[in-house]
Amino acid sequence: MQIYLPIAEISVNAYLLLGLGGLVGVLSGMFGVGGGFLITPLLFFIGVPPVVAVATGANQIVASSFSAVLTHWRRKAVDIRMGVVLQVGGLIGSALGMVLFNYLKSLGQVDLLITLSYVVFLGAVGSLMFIESVVALRRSRKQSDAPRPQRRQRNWVHTWPLKMRFRTSGLYISVIPPIMVGMAVGVLAAIMGVGGGFIMVPAMIYILGMPTKVVIGTSLFQIILVAGFATLLHAVTNHTVDMVLAVLLLVGGVVGAQFGTQIGARLKAEQLRVLLATLVLLVCVKLAADLLIEPREVYSITTAGGPE
Amino acid sequence: MRRLSALLLALFLAAPAAAQDVIADLSQSRVSITARYSGLQILVFGAIRPGPAGVGVPYDVIVTVSGPLEPVTVRRKDRIAGIWINDAAVTIGSAPTLYKIATTAPLDQILSETEDLRHSVSIPRAIRAVGLTAAVKDAPAFTEALIRIRENEGLYQIHEGGVSLQEGTLFRTDIDLPSNLVEGNYHARILLTHNKQVVAEFDDVLGVQKVGMERWIYSLAQEQALAYGVLSLAIAIAAGWGASAAFRYVRGS
Repeated sequence: MQIYLPIAEISVNAYLLLGLGGLVGVLSGMFGVGGGFLITPLLFFIGVPPVVAVATGANQIVASSFSAVLTHWRRKAVDIRMGVVLQVGGLIGSALGMVLFNYLKSLGQVDLLITLSYVVFLGAVGSLMFIESVVALRRSRKQSDAPRPQRRQRNWVHTWPLKMRFRTSGLYISVIPPIMVGMAVGVLAAIMGVGGGFIMVPAMIYILGMPTKVVIGTSLFQIILVAGFATLLHAVTNHTVDMVLAVLLLVGGVVGAQFGTQIGARLKAEQLRVLLATLVLLVCVKLAADLLIEPREVYSITTAGGPE
Repeated sequence: MRRLSALLLALFLAAPAAAQDVIADLSQSRVSITARYSGLQILVFGAIRPGPAGVGVPYDVIVTVSGPLEPVTVRRKDRIAGIWINDAAVTIGSAPTLYKIATTAPLDQILSETEDLRHSVSIPRAIRAVGLTAAVKDAPAFTEALIRIRENEGLYQIHEGGVSLQEGTLFRTDIDLPSNLVEGNYHARILLTHNKQVVAEFDDVLGVQKVGMERWIYSLAQEQALAYGVLSLAIAIAAGWGASAAFRYVRGS
Protein backbone atom coordinates (compact mmCIF):
# COMPACT_ATOMS: atom_id res chain seq x y z
CA MET A 1 0.00 0.00 0.00
CA GLN A 2 1.52 3.28 -1.11
CA ILE A 3 1.12 6.37 1.04
CA TYR A 4 2.26 9.94 0.37
CA LEU A 5 4.23 11.53 3.20
CA PRO A 6 3.28 15.20 3.60
CA ILE A 7 6.62 16.53 4.90
CA ALA A 8 9.05 14.17 3.17
CA GLU A 9 7.08 14.77 -0.08
CA ILE A 10 7.44 11.24 -1.32
CA SER A 11 5.17 8.26 -1.75
CA VAL A 12 6.39 5.08 -0.02
CA ASN A 13 5.18 1.59 0.83
CA ALA A 14 3.43 1.62 4.23
CA TYR A 15 4.24 -2.04 5.05
CA LEU A 16 7.92 -1.45 4.42
CA LEU A 17 7.87 1.33 7.02
CA LEU A 18 6.01 -0.85 9.54
CA GLY A 19 8.67 -3.54 9.15
CA LEU A 20 11.50 -1.05 9.42
CA GLY A 21 10.03 0.40 12.62
CA GLY A 22 9.57 -3.09 14.02
CA LEU A 23 13.20 -4.05 13.41
CA VAL A 24 14.49 -0.96 15.20
CA GLY A 25 11.99 -1.53 18.01
CA VAL A 26 13.33 -5.04 18.67
CA LEU A 27 16.89 -3.71 18.98
CA SER A 28 15.69 -0.93 21.24
CA GLY A 29 13.89 -3.32 23.60
CA MET A 30 16.76 -5.79 23.68
CA PHE A 31 19.76 -3.54 24.08
CA GLY A 32 18.49 -0.19 25.27
CA VAL A 33 19.82 1.63 22.23
CA GLY A 34 17.67 4.14 20.38
CA GLY A 35 18.39 2.83 16.93
CA GLY A 36 18.92 6.21 15.29
CA PHE A 37 22.14 4.86 13.78
CA LEU A 38 20.03 2.34 11.87
CA ILE A 39 16.80 4.13 11.07
CA THR A 40 18.33 7.28 9.59
CA PRO A 41 20.37 5.57 6.85
CA LEU A 42 17.54 3.12 6.10
CA LEU A 43 15.04 5.95 5.62
CA PHE A 44 17.58 7.79 3.51
CA PHE A 45 17.94 4.66 1.43
CA ILE A 46 14.22 4.52 0.58
CA GLY A 47 14.32 8.15 -0.53
CA VAL A 48 13.34 10.18 2.53
CA PRO A 49 15.39 13.42 2.69
CA PRO A 50 18.12 13.16 5.38
CA VAL A 51 16.81 16.04 7.53
CA VAL A 52 13.34 14.51 7.64
CA ALA A 53 14.84 11.09 8.38
CA VAL A 54 16.82 12.39 11.37
CA ALA A 55 13.92 14.36 12.87
CA THR A 56 11.27 11.71 12.33
CA GLY A 57 13.62 8.97 13.51
CA ALA A 58 13.91 10.80 16.84
CA ASN A 59 10.13 10.79 17.16
CA GLN A 60 9.93 7.05 16.50
CA ILE A 61 12.69 6.41 19.04
CA VAL A 62 10.60 8.14 21.73
CA ALA A 63 7.73 5.75 21.00
CA SER A 64 9.68 2.46 20.93
CA SER A 65 11.82 3.43 23.93
CA PHE A 66 8.71 4.37 25.92
CA SER A 67 7.07 1.09 24.98
CA ALA A 68 10.15 -0.86 26.12
CA VAL A 69 10.86 1.17 29.25
CA LEU A 70 7.41 0.43 30.70
CA THR A 71 8.16 -3.29 30.59
CA HIS A 72 11.58 -2.77 32.18
CA TRP A 73 9.93 -0.51 34.74
CA ARG A 74 7.59 -3.29 35.87
CA ARG A 75 10.62 -5.54 36.30
CA LYS A 76 12.19 -2.84 38.49
CA ALA A 77 15.03 -2.57 35.99
CA VAL A 78 15.03 1.21 35.57
CA ASP A 79 17.28 3.28 37.80
CA ILE A 80 15.46 6.63 37.63
CA ARG A 81 17.92 8.36 39.95
CA MET A 82 20.88 7.25 37.84
CA GLY A 83 19.00 8.22 34.69
CA VAL A 84 18.40 11.73 35.98
CA VAL A 85 22.03 12.16 37.06
CA LEU A 86 23.20 10.97 33.62
CA GLN A 87 20.73 13.34 32.02
CA VAL A 88 22.09 16.33 33.96
CA GLY A 89 25.52 15.47 32.63
CA GLY A 90 24.05 14.89 29.19
CA LEU A 91 22.51 18.36 29.01
CA ILE A 92 25.81 20.02 29.96
CA GLY A 93 27.57 17.77 27.46
CA SER A 94 25.16 18.62 24.62
CA ALA A 95 25.67 22.34 25.20
CA LEU A 96 29.46 21.86 25.25
CA GLY A 97 29.21 19.64 22.19
CA MET A 98 27.34 22.33 20.26
CA VAL A 99 30.03 24.90 21.08
CA LEU A 100 32.76 22.44 20.16
CA PHE A 101 30.98 21.48 16.95
CA ASN A 102 30.65 25.08 15.80
CA TYR A 103 34.29 25.73 16.66
CA LEU A 104 35.46 22.66 14.71
CA LYS A 105 33.20 23.68 11.83
CA SER A 106 34.87 27.08 11.65
CA LEU A 107 38.20 25.29 11.28
CA GLY A 108 36.81 23.32 8.31
CA GLN A 109 37.13 19.65 7.44
CA VAL A 110 35.39 18.66 10.66
CA ASP A 111 33.32 15.77 9.28
CA LEU A 112 36.39 13.70 8.63
CA LEU A 113 37.78 14.13 12.12
CA ILE A 114 34.46 13.24 13.72
CA THR A 115 33.77 10.18 11.60
CA LEU A 116 37.31 8.92 12.08
CA SER A 117 37.19 9.29 15.84
CA TYR A 118 33.78 7.63 15.86
CA VAL A 119 35.10 4.65 13.93
CA VAL A 120 38.07 4.32 16.27
CA PHE A 121 35.84 4.75 19.32
CA LEU A 122 33.20 2.25 18.27
CA GLY A 123 35.84 -0.20 17.13
CA ALA A 124 37.66 -0.05 20.48
CA VAL A 125 34.50 -0.22 22.62
CA GLY A 126 33.02 -2.99 20.48
CA SER A 127 36.15 -5.15 20.48
CA LEU A 128 36.81 -4.81 24.22
CA MET A 129 33.20 -5.57 25.02
CA PHE A 130 33.16 -8.53 22.67
CA ILE A 131 36.30 -10.06 24.20
CA GLU A 132 35.15 -9.41 27.76
CA SER A 133 31.71 -10.91 27.27
CA VAL A 134 32.97 -13.97 25.36
CA VAL A 135 35.42 -14.68 28.18
CA ALA A 136 32.63 -14.20 30.75
CA LEU A 137 30.34 -16.45 28.75
CA ARG A 138 32.96 -19.24 28.63
CA ARG A 139 33.65 -18.93 32.33
CA SER A 140 29.97 -19.15 33.23
CA ARG A 141 29.61 -22.22 31.03
CA LYS A 142 32.52 -24.01 32.68
CA GLN A 143 31.20 -23.58 36.18
CA SER A 144 27.53 -23.81 35.34
CA ASP A 145 26.71 -25.76 38.49
CA ALA A 146 28.37 -23.51 41.02
CA PRO A 147 26.59 -20.15 41.47
CA ARG A 148 28.82 -17.49 40.02
CA PRO A 149 30.11 -15.05 42.64
CA GLN A 150 28.57 -11.61 42.35
CA ARG A 151 30.82 -9.40 40.30
CA ARG A 152 31.76 -6.62 42.69
CA GLN A 153 33.91 -4.18 40.85
CA ARG A 154 35.96 -1.80 42.93
CA ASN A 155 36.98 0.64 40.23
CA TRP A 156 38.76 3.93 40.68
CA VAL A 157 35.34 5.55 40.42
CA HIS A 158 34.28 4.07 43.73
CA THR A 159 36.68 6.15 45.75
CA TRP A 160 35.42 9.61 44.82
CA PRO A 161 33.49 12.01 47.09
CA LEU A 162 29.83 13.16 46.84
CA LYS A 163 28.55 9.63 47.19
CA MET A 164 24.97 8.77 46.41
CA ARG A 165 23.03 5.53 46.78
CA PHE A 166 21.59 4.09 43.56
CA ARG A 167 19.34 1.43 45.01
CA THR A 168 18.09 -0.15 41.77
CA SER A 169 21.63 -0.57 40.49
CA GLY A 170 22.88 -1.68 43.90
CA LEU A 171 25.58 0.99 43.82
CA TYR A 172 26.87 3.49 46.33
CA ILE A 173 29.16 5.72 44.34
CA SER A 174 30.08 9.34 43.76
CA VAL A 175 27.79 11.32 41.40
CA ILE A 176 30.82 12.69 39.57
CA PRO A 177 31.46 9.63 37.32
CA PRO A 178 27.82 9.35 36.11
CA ILE A 179 27.76 13.07 35.39
CA MET A 180 31.02 12.77 33.47
CA VAL A 181 29.75 9.78 31.50
CA GLY A 182 26.55 11.72 30.72
CA MET A 183 28.61 14.71 29.61
CA ALA A 184 30.88 12.66 27.37
CA VAL A 185 27.91 11.02 25.70
CA GLY A 186 26.17 14.40 25.41
CA VAL A 187 29.19 15.88 23.62
CA LEU A 188 29.35 12.93 21.22
CA ALA A 189 25.61 12.99 20.64
CA ALA A 190 25.66 16.69 19.79
CA ILE A 191 28.55 16.26 17.37
CA MET A 192 27.46 13.01 15.77
CA GLY A 193 23.73 13.68 15.78
CA VAL A 194 22.98 10.32 17.39
CA GLY A 195 21.32 9.48 20.71
CA GLY A 196 24.46 7.94 22.14
CA GLY A 197 22.89 4.73 23.49
CA PHE A 198 25.76 2.80 21.95
CA ILE A 199 28.31 4.56 24.07
CA MET A 200 26.08 5.00 27.10
CA VAL A 201 25.32 1.29 27.51
CA PRO A 202 28.96 0.05 27.60
CA ALA A 203 29.95 3.04 29.76
CA MET A 204 27.30 2.19 32.35
CA ILE A 205 28.37 -1.45 32.39
CA TYR A 206 32.11 -1.04 32.49
CA ILE A 207 32.80 2.37 34.03
CA LEU A 208 29.93 2.63 36.50
CA GLY A 209 29.69 -1.12 37.12
CA MET A 210 25.90 -1.25 36.81
CA PRO A 211 24.20 -4.65 36.27
CA THR A 212 23.49 -5.26 32.55
CA LYS A 213 19.72 -5.72 33.03
CA VAL A 214 19.34 -2.38 34.82
CA VAL A 215 21.54 -0.65 32.25
CA ILE A 216 19.07 -1.35 29.41
CA GLY A 217 16.06 0.12 31.19
CA THR A 218 18.02 3.12 32.44
CA SER A 219 19.50 3.80 29.03
CA LEU A 220 16.01 3.71 27.49
CA PHE A 221 14.74 6.12 30.14
CA GLN A 222 17.41 8.63 29.34
CA ILE A 223 17.05 8.15 25.56
CA ILE A 224 13.35 9.10 25.78
CA LEU A 225 14.32 12.49 27.21
CA VAL A 226 17.09 13.09 24.67
CA ALA A 227 15.02 11.95 21.65
CA GLY A 228 11.93 13.82 22.84
CA PHE A 229 13.90 17.03 23.13
CA ALA A 230 15.46 16.45 19.71
CA THR A 231 12.02 15.90 18.16
CA LEU A 232 10.70 19.17 19.55
CA LEU A 233 13.80 21.05 18.45
CA HIS A 234 13.58 19.69 14.89
CA ALA A 235 9.83 20.36 14.73
CA VAL A 236 10.21 23.98 15.84
CA THR A 237 13.36 25.00 13.97
CA ASN A 238 13.33 22.93 10.77
CA HIS A 239 9.69 21.76 10.45
CA THR A 240 11.04 18.37 9.41
CA VAL A 241 9.12 15.91 11.59
CA ASP A 242 6.82 13.92 9.31
CA MET A 243 3.84 12.81 11.38
CA VAL A 244 2.58 10.26 8.87
CA LEU A 245 6.02 8.70 8.54
CA ALA A 246 6.45 8.73 12.33
CA VAL A 247 3.11 7.01 12.95
CA LEU A 248 3.91 4.22 10.49
CA LEU A 249 7.36 3.70 11.99
CA LEU A 250 6.24 3.85 15.58
CA VAL A 251 3.35 1.42 15.19
CA GLY A 252 5.97 -1.11 14.06
CA GLY A 253 8.43 0.18 16.66
CA VAL A 254 6.29 -0.14 19.79
CA VAL A 255 5.31 -3.71 18.89
CA GLY A 256 8.91 -4.60 18.05
CA ALA A 257 10.10 -3.13 21.35
CA GLN A 258 7.79 -5.48 23.25
CA PHE A 259 9.26 -8.49 21.48
CA GLY A 260 12.74 -7.07 22.06
CA THR A 261 12.27 -6.89 25.83
CA GLN A 262 10.92 -10.47 25.82
CA ILE A 263 13.97 -11.74 23.94
CA GLY A 264 16.26 -9.73 26.20
CA ALA A 265 14.69 -11.16 29.35
CA ARG A 266 15.41 -14.70 28.17
CA LEU A 267 19.06 -14.09 27.42
CA LYS A 268 21.93 -14.09 29.91
CA ALA A 269 23.65 -10.79 30.57
CA GLU A 270 26.82 -12.09 28.89
CA GLN A 271 24.91 -13.19 25.81
CA LEU A 272 23.28 -9.78 25.57
CA ARG A 273 26.67 -8.12 25.80
CA VAL A 274 28.12 -10.35 23.05
CA LEU A 275 25.23 -9.45 20.75
CA LEU A 276 25.48 -5.75 21.52
CA ALA A 277 29.24 -5.84 20.94
CA THR A 278 28.62 -7.50 17.57
CA LEU A 279 26.16 -4.77 16.66
CA VAL A 280 28.61 -2.04 17.68
CA LEU A 281 31.31 -3.65 15.56
CA LEU A 282 28.95 -3.94 12.58
CA VAL A 283 28.14 -0.22 12.75
CA CYS A 284 31.85 0.51 13.02
CA VAL A 285 32.63 -1.62 9.94
CA LYS A 286 29.82 0.06 8.01
CA LEU A 287 31.16 3.54 8.83
CA ALA A 288 34.69 2.51 7.95
CA ALA A 289 33.53 1.00 4.66
CA ASP A 290 31.81 4.29 3.73
CA LEU A 291 35.12 6.05 4.22
CA LEU A 292 37.37 3.54 2.50
CA ILE A 293 35.41 2.15 -0.45
CA GLU A 294 35.04 4.32 -3.52
CA PRO A 295 31.39 5.41 -3.75
CA ARG A 296 29.54 4.49 -6.93
CA GLU A 297 28.42 8.11 -7.31
CA VAL A 298 30.95 10.56 -5.95
CA TYR A 299 28.55 13.47 -6.39
CA SER A 300 25.60 14.13 -4.13
CA ILE A 301 22.94 16.84 -4.25
CA THR A 302 21.25 18.82 -1.52
CA THR A 303 18.43 21.27 -2.05
CA ALA A 304 17.70 24.45 -0.11
CA GLY A 305 15.44 22.58 2.28
CA GLY A 306 18.06 19.89 2.72
CA PRO A 307 20.85 19.48 5.26
CA GLU A 308 23.39 22.24 6.04
CA MET B 1 -12.66 14.17 -25.89
CA ARG B 2 -15.40 16.77 -25.62
CA ARG B 3 -12.75 19.11 -24.37
CA LEU B 4 -10.63 18.36 -27.43
CA SER B 5 -13.44 18.99 -29.88
CA ALA B 6 -14.33 22.27 -28.18
CA LEU B 7 -10.69 23.17 -28.44
CA LEU B 8 -10.53 22.33 -32.12
CA LEU B 9 -13.66 24.35 -32.74
CA ALA B 10 -12.15 27.32 -30.96
CA LEU B 11 -8.99 26.86 -32.96
CA PHE B 12 -10.66 26.93 -36.35
CA LEU B 13 -13.01 29.76 -35.44
CA ALA B 14 -10.13 31.84 -34.20
CA ALA B 15 -7.91 30.87 -37.07
CA PRO B 16 -8.22 33.88 -39.34
CA ALA B 17 -7.48 36.40 -36.62
CA ALA B 18 -4.87 34.73 -34.41
CA ALA B 19 -1.25 34.42 -35.33
CA GLN B 20 -1.04 31.41 -33.10
CA ASP B 21 -0.16 28.21 -34.87
CA VAL B 22 -0.48 25.77 -32.01
CA ILE B 23 -3.03 25.29 -29.29
CA ALA B 24 -2.97 22.70 -26.54
CA ASP B 25 -4.39 21.66 -23.21
CA LEU B 26 -3.68 19.26 -20.35
CA SER B 27 -5.98 16.47 -19.23
CA GLN B 28 -6.14 18.24 -15.88
CA SER B 29 -5.08 21.73 -14.86
CA ARG B 30 -4.34 20.84 -11.24
CA VAL B 31 -2.99 17.89 -9.34
CA SER B 32 -4.22 17.21 -5.82
CA ILE B 33 -1.84 15.26 -3.63
CA THR B 34 -3.74 13.06 -1.21
CA ALA B 35 -2.39 10.35 1.09
CA ARG B 36 -3.02 7.80 -1.65
CA TYR B 37 -1.12 9.74 -4.33
CA SER B 38 1.57 7.56 -5.89
CA GLY B 39 2.33 9.10 -9.24
CA LEU B 40 0.11 10.26 -12.07
CA GLN B 41 -0.03 10.44 -15.84
CA ILE B 42 -0.89 13.74 -17.46
CA LEU B 43 -2.13 13.83 -21.02
CA VAL B 44 -0.94 16.78 -23.09
CA PHE B 45 -2.84 17.18 -26.33
CA GLY B 46 -3.47 19.81 -28.96
CA ALA B 47 -3.58 20.76 -32.59
CA ILE B 48 -1.51 22.62 -35.15
CA ARG B 49 -3.19 25.11 -37.45
CA PRO B 50 -1.85 24.91 -40.97
CA GLY B 51 0.18 28.09 -41.06
CA PRO B 52 1.20 30.52 -43.78
CA ALA B 53 3.63 27.92 -45.08
CA GLY B 54 0.63 25.89 -46.21
CA VAL B 55 -0.79 22.46 -45.61
CA GLY B 56 1.47 19.45 -45.66
CA VAL B 57 4.49 21.25 -44.26
CA PRO B 58 6.25 18.85 -41.87
CA TYR B 59 6.08 20.24 -38.37
CA ASP B 60 7.54 18.73 -35.23
CA VAL B 61 6.28 19.09 -31.69
CA ILE B 62 8.25 19.32 -28.45
CA VAL B 63 6.44 19.11 -25.12
CA THR B 64 8.25 20.04 -21.90
CA VAL B 65 6.98 19.96 -18.32
CA SER B 66 9.08 21.74 -15.75
CA GLY B 67 8.73 21.73 -11.96
CA PRO B 68 9.30 24.65 -9.56
CA LEU B 69 12.83 26.07 -9.62
CA GLU B 70 15.07 25.84 -6.58
CA PRO B 71 18.77 26.22 -5.82
CA VAL B 72 20.74 22.99 -5.53
CA THR B 73 24.14 22.30 -4.00
CA VAL B 74 26.19 19.57 -5.63
CA ARG B 75 29.01 18.06 -3.60
CA ARG B 76 31.78 15.80 -4.72
CA LYS B 77 33.58 13.22 -2.65
CA ASP B 78 37.30 12.99 -3.15
CA ARG B 79 39.86 10.59 -1.85
CA ILE B 80 42.08 12.36 0.63
CA ALA B 81 44.67 10.31 2.50
CA GLY B 82 42.87 7.13 1.49
CA ILE B 83 39.53 8.30 2.78
CA TRP B 84 36.46 9.38 0.80
CA ILE B 85 35.03 12.66 2.04
CA ASN B 86 32.92 15.50 0.71
CA ASP B 87 35.34 17.97 -0.74
CA ALA B 88 34.33 20.44 -3.43
CA ALA B 89 30.83 21.90 -3.67
CA VAL B 90 29.06 23.93 -6.35
CA THR B 91 25.74 25.73 -5.97
CA ILE B 92 23.52 25.77 -9.01
CA GLY B 93 21.37 28.87 -8.91
CA SER B 94 18.09 27.41 -10.02
CA ALA B 95 17.24 23.95 -11.22
CA PRO B 96 13.75 22.55 -11.79
CA THR B 97 12.68 19.81 -9.37
CA LEU B 98 11.29 17.96 -12.39
CA TYR B 99 11.96 18.28 -16.11
CA LYS B 100 10.40 16.07 -18.74
CA ILE B 101 10.62 16.40 -22.51
CA ALA B 102 8.69 14.49 -25.13
CA THR B 103 9.26 15.03 -28.85
CA THR B 104 8.05 13.68 -32.17
CA ALA B 105 11.62 12.93 -33.35
CA PRO B 106 15.21 12.95 -31.99
CA LEU B 107 15.77 16.40 -30.52
CA ASP B 108 18.91 17.24 -32.48
CA GLN B 109 17.05 16.63 -35.75
CA ILE B 110 14.21 19.03 -34.98
CA LEU B 111 15.89 21.80 -33.02
CA SER B 112 19.05 23.75 -33.77
CA GLU B 113 21.66 24.58 -31.15
CA THR B 114 20.83 28.28 -31.32
CA GLU B 115 17.15 27.68 -30.86
CA ASP B 116 17.87 25.35 -27.97
CA LEU B 117 19.94 28.07 -26.37
CA ARG B 118 17.22 30.68 -26.92
CA HIS B 119 14.33 28.60 -25.62
CA SER B 120 16.18 26.46 -23.04
CA VAL B 121 14.67 23.21 -24.25
CA SER B 122 17.15 20.36 -23.73
CA ILE B 123 17.91 19.18 -20.20
CA PRO B 124 21.37 20.81 -19.93
CA ARG B 125 19.99 24.11 -21.26
CA ALA B 126 16.97 24.06 -18.97
CA ILE B 127 19.19 23.79 -15.90
CA ARG B 128 20.50 27.24 -15.61
CA ALA B 129 23.91 27.24 -14.00
CA VAL B 130 23.50 30.74 -12.62
CA GLY B 131 26.12 31.85 -10.14
CA LEU B 132 28.37 28.83 -10.38
CA THR B 133 31.10 29.12 -7.81
CA ALA B 134 34.19 29.85 -9.84
CA ALA B 135 36.46 28.36 -7.16
CA VAL B 136 35.93 24.92 -8.64
CA LYS B 137 37.74 24.31 -11.90
CA ASP B 138 35.54 21.66 -13.46
CA ALA B 139 32.17 23.28 -12.67
CA PRO B 140 30.41 21.75 -15.70
CA ALA B 141 31.07 18.31 -14.22
CA PHE B 142 28.84 19.29 -11.30
CA THR B 143 25.96 20.28 -13.56
CA GLU B 144 26.38 16.99 -15.41
CA ALA B 145 26.33 15.14 -12.09
CA LEU B 146 23.08 16.86 -11.10
CA ILE B 147 21.49 15.84 -14.39
CA ARG B 148 22.83 12.30 -14.10
CA ILE B 149 21.54 11.83 -10.53
CA ARG B 150 18.13 13.25 -11.33
CA GLU B 151 17.89 11.22 -14.54
CA ASN B 152 18.55 8.08 -12.50
CA GLU B 153 15.81 9.12 -10.11
CA GLY B 154 13.46 9.61 -13.05
CA LEU B 155 13.03 13.32 -12.35
CA TYR B 156 14.71 14.48 -15.53
CA GLN B 157 13.69 12.57 -18.62
CA ILE B 158 13.67 12.94 -22.37
CA HIS B 159 11.39 10.75 -24.45
CA GLU B 160 12.23 11.22 -28.10
CA GLY B 161 9.36 10.00 -30.20
CA GLY B 162 7.01 10.22 -27.22
CA VAL B 163 4.71 12.69 -28.97
CA SER B 164 2.41 11.15 -31.54
CA LEU B 165 1.35 13.42 -34.37
CA GLN B 166 -1.67 12.51 -36.49
CA GLU B 167 -1.97 13.78 -40.02
CA GLY B 168 0.34 16.63 -39.19
CA THR B 169 -2.36 18.28 -37.10
CA LEU B 170 -3.34 16.50 -33.89
CA PHE B 171 -0.72 15.61 -31.34
CA ARG B 172 -0.74 14.00 -27.91
CA THR B 173 1.68 12.67 -25.34
CA ASP B 174 1.56 11.23 -21.83
CA ILE B 175 3.81 12.75 -19.18
CA ASP B 176 4.47 10.66 -16.06
CA LEU B 177 4.56 12.55 -12.79
CA PRO B 178 6.67 10.71 -10.19
CA SER B 179 5.57 9.64 -6.70
CA ASN B 180 7.94 12.12 -5.05
CA LEU B 181 6.20 15.17 -6.50
CA VAL B 182 6.73 18.51 -4.74
CA GLU B 183 4.15 21.27 -4.46
CA GLY B 184 4.18 24.28 -6.73
CA ASN B 185 3.37 25.48 -10.21
CA TYR B 186 4.52 23.25 -13.03
CA HIS B 187 4.96 24.80 -16.45
CA ALA B 188 4.00 22.93 -19.57
CA ARG B 189 5.40 24.20 -22.86
CA ILE B 190 4.49 23.08 -26.34
CA LEU B 191 6.94 24.14 -29.04
CA LEU B 192 6.23 23.78 -32.72
CA THR B 193 9.35 23.49 -34.87
CA HIS B 194 9.98 23.59 -38.57
CA ASN B 195 13.42 23.33 -40.19
CA LYS B 196 14.93 23.19 -36.68
CA GLN B 197 13.39 26.59 -35.89
CA VAL B 198 10.73 27.24 -33.27
CA VAL B 199 7.75 28.67 -35.14
CA ALA B 200 5.17 28.69 -32.36
CA GLU B 201 4.99 28.27 -28.62
CA PHE B 202 2.17 27.54 -26.21
CA ASP B 203 2.36 27.70 -22.41
CA ASP B 204 0.16 26.24 -19.73
CA VAL B 205 0.37 25.93 -15.96
CA LEU B 206 -0.26 22.84 -13.90
CA GLY B 207 -0.87 23.57 -10.21
CA VAL B 208 0.25 20.85 -7.78
CA GLN B 209 -1.12 21.08 -4.25
CA LYS B 210 -1.52 18.90 -1.21
CA VAL B 211 -5.12 18.48 -0.08
CA GLY B 212 -7.02 16.98 2.84
CA MET B 213 -4.95 15.40 5.59
CA GLU B 214 -1.69 16.04 3.75
CA ARG B 215 -2.52 19.76 3.57
CA TRP B 216 -3.57 19.86 7.22
CA ILE B 217 -0.42 18.18 8.52
CA TYR B 218 1.86 20.25 6.34
CA SER B 219 0.24 23.55 7.40
CA LEU B 220 0.30 22.58 11.06
CA ALA B 221 4.00 21.69 10.87
CA GLN B 222 4.79 25.03 9.24
CA GLU B 223 2.50 27.40 11.15
CA GLN B 224 2.04 25.77 14.58
CA ALA B 225 5.45 24.16 14.90
CA LEU B 226 5.45 23.82 18.69
CA ALA B 227 1.93 22.38 18.85
CA TYR B 228 2.88 20.02 16.04
CA GLY B 229 6.01 18.85 17.88
CA VAL B 230 4.06 18.32 21.12
CA LEU B 231 1.37 16.43 19.22
CA SER B 232 4.00 14.20 17.59
CA LEU B 233 5.47 13.41 21.00
CA ALA B 234 2.02 12.75 22.47
CA ILE B 235 1.31 10.26 19.69
CA ALA B 236 4.65 8.57 20.34
CA ILE B 237 4.06 8.30 24.10
CA ALA B 238 0.48 7.11 23.65
CA ALA B 239 1.53 4.47 21.13
CA GLY B 240 4.35 3.29 23.39
CA TRP B 241 2.01 3.01 26.35
CA GLY B 242 -0.71 1.39 24.27
CA ALA B 243 1.58 -1.34 22.96
CA SER B 244 2.95 -2.05 26.43
CA ALA B 245 -0.55 -2.26 27.93
CA ALA B 246 -1.84 -4.42 25.08
CA PHE B 247 1.02 -6.90 25.40
CA ARG B 248 0.57 -7.09 29.13
CA TYR B 249 -3.13 -7.81 28.65
CA VAL B 250 -2.44 -10.52 26.06
CA ARG B 251 0.12 -12.19 28.30
CA GLY B 252 -2.04 -11.82 31.39
CA SER B 253 -5.11 -13.43 29.92
